[in-house]
Amino acid sequence: MLRYALKRLLSLILSLAVASVVIFTVIEVAPGDPASFMLGVNAQEDTLAALRAELGLDASKVQRYFNWVGGMLAGDFGTSYTYRTPVSQMIADRLWVSLPLALFALTLSTLIAFPAGIYAAARRGKPGDLTVMGATQLGIAVPNFWFAMMLVLIFAINLRWFNAGGFAGWDKGFWTGLHSLTLPAIALALPQAAILARVMRSSLLDILGEDFMRTARAKGLSRRQALWRHGVRNALIPVLTIIGLQFSFLLAGSIIIEQVFYLPGLGRLVFQAISARDLIVVESVVMLLVFAVITVNFLVDLAYAAVDPRLRSRT
Amino acid sequence: MSRNLILGTALSSLVLLAALISFVWTPYDHAALNIPDKLQAPDTRHWFGTDHFGRDMFSMIMVGARTSIAVALVAVGIGMALGVPLGLTAAAHKGSWLDEVIMRGNDLVFAFPSLVIAILITAVFGAGALNAIIAIGIFNIPVFARITRGAALTLWEREFILAARVSGKGAARISAEHILPNVANLLIVQGTIQFSLGILAEAGLSYVGLGAQPPTPSWGRMLADAQTMVSFAPHLALIPGLAIIVTVLGLNLLGDGLRDWLDPRIRVARA
Repeated sequence: MLRYALKRLLSLILSLAVASVVIFTVIEVAPGDPASFMLGVNAQEDTLAALRAELGLDASKVQRYFNWVGGMLAGDFGTSYTYRTPVSQMIADRLWVSLPLALFALTLSTLIAFPAGIYAAARRGKPGDLTVMGATQLGIAVPNFWFAMMLVLIFAINLRWFNAGGFAGWDKGFWTGLHSLTLPAIALALPQAAILARVMRSSLLDILGEDFMRTARAKGLSRRQALWRHGVRNALIPVLTIIGLQFSFLLAGSIIIEQVFYLPGLGRLVFQAISARDLIVVESVVMLLVFAVITVNFLVDLAYAAVDPRLRSRT
Repeated sequence: MSRNLILGTALSSLVLLAALISFVWTPYDHAALNIPDKLQAPDTRHWFGTDHFGRDMFSMIMVGARTSIAVALVAVGIGMALGVPLGLTAAAHKGSWLDEVIMRGNDLVFAFPSLVIAILITAVFGAGALNAIIAIGIFNIPVFARITRGAALTLWEREFILAARVSGKGAARISAEHILPNVANLLIVQGTIQFSLGILAEAGLSYVGLGAQPPTPSWGRMLADAQTMVSFAPHLALIPGLAIIVTVLGLNLLGDGLRDWLDPRIRVARA
């Protein structure tokens, strides 16, 4: 297990290193000089040179790459070109919205998907199964930002149960904060719940066909007892993997939903940074998201290998 | 034929037909402004109503279908054109450094959520349909590479491939002549699924202003325009949303139906 973990850790570090080079290179080829963007077209050459030196843009590309990576490892993501504040501070502020939103959506998606998937599998081929499967097909086809707009129309504009957008802030209290994230979390959770319910169903159906399930029934357990005691527990392994992967997807996927609800999260930060050509912010947020995805994948792999020893011999 | 296949074909054909017809006919000029007729609810004159500039929504939906289909189709094309040869190469040289490099490269692209790739590309090269195509296309490459490699690996163990090797054919020729035709079904099914994901991605990118730019009509853009008017003109948001749902649902059902239809094991089981 230790050997497998070390091997995966090495691959994780390598992936992160390559990802950082790719992101840095892509941003480097971006046309336009941040200094002249900040000072405008009429800026004097010496003022521009001074600003470039202040931002560290006068160093060689290789030097700047290592400055960037070294800074990130020490928790310093550089200084925003437009706001002149530390990028790490900006990211930390926005994470307080994006991270709880992703977690909230993941919880909702799991709460919807588990019962739906188990119900469908237990009633395979019957009307209940067909209804759930039809609903999941629809759930996968619905764009979450459109669903978000419909939620706003119904629950914010017509029923006035929620605000149409914005974030109250955690300092107004936990429940107030959670309340403003409810509609965005539902919008994010729906398509994920549809996918998860399908995975849950098919995973459970695979398990239900196994010999040990027949043994459980032969032992005298009822269908329901066998399903819960042996079926669901074993079916959970692949489902948990998907949940792990969904978390990183939700974190990145919330970018669009944040636009719909005007939430001050990472997504809006990225879009504001793009329009202001504040590339250091774009660079750092993208790296952070990729880091989150690669690390979550790594942890999921590790957890999976801990549960199922057969996987350790692969890769 | 299964119900999925019939319904999926019907819905997908409907959208494709609307896009094709829009090249020669739309009820109104999709770009013509007609302010006195603005924000009309659907009626007999304007089947899907009009937008805030009085443009006919039905015509815009028809032309918007073109944008969605074109972006998603080219993105699938990019994914297949690069991903399939990569997958075939990796399988033909299983366990070699080439296989390792290709598969690790795949993992790396997978680690970038497609939306993040799109953001990175548009941050650098600007927003537009072409950059949306590239962003969605890049994400399709590892999907096709992985699925091709997986299917090809099992084929390499089969007797008919061994026979081809004994007859002196090289790895590249075997891949092209024997492996590729045998994984084609799988690629068609995956292509349909990626196509539907591409439609959703294009809509999302256009919605946040990173996709097709005005005056090119796109469903995502229509939804973005509708956002501030949804309270007094809900049809502006309802109709483009339903167009996306019908298209994606149709393609997903088509993918499911094709998989069942093309998989001989399922057909035998059914017969």
